Amino acid sequence: MSANAAPHEMKSLRDFVPFILSELKPRGKIFTLFNIISVPVIILGVILIAYRMVKGIGSITNLSQEFPWGMWIGFDVMTGVAFAGGAYVLTFVVYILRIEKYHPIVRATVLNGFLAYVFYAGALVIDLGRPWHIFNPIIGNKFGLSSVLFLVAWHFLLYMTAEFIEISPAFAEWLGLKRTRQVLSSLTLGAVVFGITLSTLHQSGLGALFMMAKGKIHPLWYTQFIPILFFVSSIFAGLSLVIFEGSISQRVFSDHLDDEHRASHHDILIGLAKGCAGAMFTYFFLKMLIFMHGRHWEYLHTGWGLWYLVEIIGLVLIPCYLFLRGAMYKNLISIRVAAVLTILGIIINRLNYSVIAYKWYIPLPAHYVPSWMEIVTTLAIVFAEIWVFRWIVTRMPILRKPPKWVTTG
Amino acid sequence: MDRRKFLKSLGVGMLGAAGTALTARRSHAAEYSSESGEEFKGVLVDTTRCIGCRSCEEACAAAHDLPAPDIGDESVFKEKRDTSTTQLTVVNRYKTDKGIFFVKKQCMHCGQPGCVAACLVKAMKKHDDGAVTWDTNCMGCRYCMISCPFDIPKFEYNSWNPKIQKCNLCWEQRLTKGGIPACVEACPTETLLFGTKRELIEESRRRIYRQPKKYVNYIYGEDEVGGTSWIYLSAVPFEQIGFKTDLGVTAYPEYSTGFLYAVPIVLILWPAFLMGLSYLTRREDEEEKKEKKR
Repeated sequence: MSANAAPHEMKSLRDFVPFILSELKPRGKIFTLFNIISVPVIILGVILIAYRMVKGIGSITNLSQEFPWGMWIGFDVMTGVAFAGGAYVLTFVVYILRIEKYHPIVRATVLNGFLAYVFYAGALVIDLGRPWHIFNPIIGNKFGLSSVLFLVAWHFLLYMTAEFIEISPAFAEWLGLKRTRQVLSSLTLGAVVFGITLSTLHQSGLGALFMMAKGKIHPLWYTQFIPILFFVSSIFAGLSLVIFEGSISQRVFSDHLDDEHRASHHDILIGLAKGCAGAMFTYFFLKMLIFMHGRHWEYLHTGWGLWYLVEIIGLVLIPCYLFLRGAMYKNLISIRVAAVLTILGIIINRLNYSVIAYKWYIPLPAHYVPSWMEIVTTLAIVFAEIWVFRWIVTRMPILRKPPKWVTTG
Repeated sequence: MDRRKFLKSLGVGMLGAAGTALTARRSHAAEYSSESGEEFKGVLVDTTRCIGCRSCEEACAAAHDLPAPDIGDESVFKEKRDTSTTQLTVVNRYKTDKGIFFVKKQCMHCGQPGCVAACLVKAMKKHDDGAVTWDTNCMGCRYCMISCPFDIPKFEYNSWNPKIQKCNLCWEQRLTKGGIPACVEACPTETLLFGTKRELIEESRRRIYRQPKKYVNYIYGEDEVGGTSWIYLSAVPFEQIGFKTDLGVTAYPEYSTGFLYAVPIVLILWPAFLMGLSYLTRREDEEEKKEKKR
């Protein structure tokens, strides 16, 4: 494979520059279905973002004074970060519990998590009204210490750094930087411990953002336990995405996988399914406790009650059962269906807090619905992330094993 | 691993994250005075006196360099208006069983404002004299809008350099120069009364006591969301004249203190726990390896 042509060790800039240039060239077929769809979307997305920077957020979004947060926050940030949760869960399993079975997928997951933060949390920049002030809470133009968002902002930044450290050995292997790799991989455990701690706090922190929206979020969703619910659901959100993404990578990048990885893939999926089922049952149980204590029976007869049940039964309990069943009978189809349902459930859950059940008392016609331009920019961001992911995976040892010099020393 | 680097990074994280909780909670006296002890000033709105002349709207627009409203146009009362980026205060008309009432709407200047607790750069500020104002180091995240129980902050969606617009109690324009808010000065019927919150509450009680049949025995804003610097008197129950009466008396920042308190605990316990767990599993690993060697 071409990437193996990377020199054993980069000696000078003279080796370095041509290598990077050769790596920048596209690989594989250019006119694939994905490329044909994604390229126009990304181009349109860039144009829309440029237009928004000149004309203001209102020019391409349906945001209003009543609905200050829309799809860009509710989907890109809230949901994107939940899906990135797979990284902290798997690094916990592999580096803290040292369950080696999951080692083959840990790099792809961390890379995915890292890119998710860069792109989806990065999507925040286009949602901010005054994005040039984004570093104010970091540089101290002023520290809003009593703000949950202050904590989330800091944690995003620190966690991106931690994840970059976690994935950096793969970059060093790609560039053939032996010594750098040694230093970077010695930092992994520290980054993992730090990363898990940060994830615990900002996954729940995203939920805590809505604590002051009391009265605006439907009582079936608003509870003082939102932070805990967000944290627990990020576990199975992340794992489901790993299952989903792994199943696709398995096909798309199959020539990058080594035989060992290919053989253990089923085993890994079944293990992940068990993990998902466990976390989802915990979540369901928590939801039930909160519901009982909240005494919101009267809302169950309304449309909102039905919507609540769709989420909690159809997109939590049923996939939970499917995961369990899939794990017991080693049925991968069942597991994949469950993963898709779970992903859908998480999207709906996060949108419920930020958009759908937010200001539920406002009649539907006046309710916020994203404009087509918001959807296009979101798609553009998702596609751009996949492009970068693909670029890295086809060049660096993410799915395949590290080069020989790593193990032989 | 590199312990020094790890500790260093942990320290930075603590600064960024743990510090969050330390300033969160304040005592309940916070509805009357600032931490430095200065009494909050505010305005009493006696809705029984308002004639809907909208002089306050005009004065407000003039004080803030906003487009002047046409106060002769009575058609505006057909709909319930909200404040906007160009109208920091509006007067609405309500038809009730006790007759027609006009109600002025603007920022309530909460004692412990949700928007101030929400702001991650302290662009929203509660001044010692009670005014809640916005500053230009804002990054435009609009979390203040999510956190305001009264939906007051308004965002300029159609500007490349948007501001948050809301009533600032004329803090910059008049208060700091020893003046009183433009709307209060412009009011011809003494509907609006400027003073410290303590005085305003006393005056409200006096009015209710003197004319118990005229007023409902309730001062809106005395305790709502932990107390607001603007308070209202009414002849009819407040829900009939457009007020949210289900907001509770808890100050909005209190809703997130539970989470913020947990932050330093997690930040200290989690790494210790994870490191410990990691050492435990490592030892097993090594023992296995040793056994294999034998």
